[in-house]
Amino acid sequence: MSETVFYILSGFIIVFSVLTVTSRKILRAAVYLLFVLLGTCGFYFALEFNFLAAVQLTVYAGGIVVIIIFSIMLTSDLQDKLEAVQFRKIFFSLLAVLIGAAVCITTILNHSFPQVTDKVLDSSMRTIGLRLLSYNEGGFVLPFEVISILLLAAIVGSIIIAKKADSK
Amino acid sequence: MNFNIYDFTDFVNSINVWLNTVFPPAAADIAGFVIIGICFLTFITLLGLSLVYIERKVCAFFQQRLGPMRVGFWGTAQTIADIIKLIFKEPLVSKGSDKFLFNLAAFIVIIAPFMAIAAVPFAKGLHVLDFDIGLFFITAVSSIGVTGILLAGWSSNNKYSLIGAMRSGAQIVSYELSVILSLLTIIILTGSLQLSVIVESQRDGWWIFKGNIPAVIAFFIFIIASTAESNRGPFDMAEAESELTAGFHTEYSGIKFAYFFLAEYINLFIIAAVGATVFFGGWMPLHIGNFEFFNNIMDFIPPIIWFFGKIAAIIFLIMWFKWTFPRLRIDQLLTLEWKYLLPINLVNLLLMALVALSGWHL
Repeated sequence: MSETVFYILSGFIIVFSVLTVTSRKILRAAVYLLFVLLGTCGFYFALEFNFLAAVQLTVYAGGIVVIIIFSIMLTSDLQDKLEAVQFRKIFFSLLAVLIGAAVCITTILNHSFPQVTDKVLDSSMRTIGLRLLSYNEGGFVLPFEVISILLLAAIVGSIIIAKKADSK
Repeated sequence: MNFNIYDFTDFVNSINVWLNTVFPPAAADIAGFVIIGICFLTFITLLGLSLVYIERKVCAFFQQRLGPMRVGFWGTAQTIADIIKLIFKEPLVSKGSDKFLFNLAAFIVIIAPFMAIAAVPFAKGLHVLDFDIGLFFITAVSSIGVTGILLAGWSSNNKYSLIGAMRSGAQIVSYELSVILSLLTIIILTGSLQLSVIVESQRDGWWIFKGNIPAVIAFFIFIIASTAESNRGPFDMAEAESELTAGFHTEYSGIKFAYFFLAEYINLFIIAAVGATVFFGGWMPLHIGNFEFFNNIMDFIPPIIWFFGKIAAIIFLIMWFKWTFPRLRIDQLLTLEWKYLLPINLVNLLLMALVALSGWHL
């Protein structure tokens, strides 16, 4: 059952990833990207990392893709089409992709994955919450706070940029 | 088969056992999925039909009219006639529009509430998806819907649709924040996002009563913000008919228009269900502490009636808003969210943390 789900999701992700980079209409590419991200979210659910899956949904599907679509809506027209890619570019990018894929596949095939049976990772919401705010060993309170300050700075910065200049 | 209106756990288990005796394990799982799917489709259809009828009647009574009266007794078959008309209408596609995205948008809009409704606890044991991120899951899948609205507006090749979609996108993205923060206020008290645990934690009283003042403030913010998030009046600038014809779904007709309409009403149901579960105990009957006599009387009413009663009350409240207040302007709407609701919400969250730490809640 889980194997079937894995193959269905993988096929889904591969098809839409290819469509994302080959589509000549930019908003369609954004929508295909949304499907790729939803497929990834499906993987997390299949692995029972529910929290990560929901984060993937909110941050990527509900946040980043919406911002991408917003910016496309503000900058381009419905009839706009990207120009066809030159053959040379296709050839070289395909070459780069194939070399990258070959490196990855050989590494994965040569690596022996040891079977872990003794320790099941506890990924419940409660554990994640406690670990994020714990300052003991294995706690993540420092990075958590650093990231929140970074985000706050980013929010303030974006408001300053978006604000209209004072009418003096 | 032991059917018990107060606890569906045995009933659901016996169906599961029966499926496993009839089918091999893998097929039994799939058969279970199909049965759940059919149940939800039927439920959603009935829900859509009845909510449209209720909305028209409530609106009519607020305006001192009778509303639909001709089809069936007191117009009860009116929405069935409407849906038959919508099914037989031609699904038009406007010239120069992006046909693929135009058709896809209607589906994305309706998929989001379909996924969210699976996590709603209807009664004890009558709960499809009950995992430890329950409430987070509902807010996460609801956030997909806005993509559909933006796509619908953009692909229609119509300036009214585009303006409507932009407004509605800005509105949904900003009000989502307030909805989540107001729910978080109660999560401080429950200590869990799992919906069944949230319901169980209200066995000795609902959070709106137990949670002191911050819970009441959180409920008001939740109702305002979620009305705005679902694009309903008085926050329906996205489809302000006097200025934008119908906003992002101007170009849709026939069954695709019905999808947008249905999605709006399922969203209304989900908002009411989440509000009822978090603030009013979901299917939990009204209990007062250890007042056994009173609690036993209340327990006599089946949980499913409690649940739908609470939902009906909240939906009526939201409809009441819609037909009472005039529509806001888009800048007023965004000011309300960013300058009032969000700061109040953040302070309220701190206040609730203080209440929880000092043990002032019941």
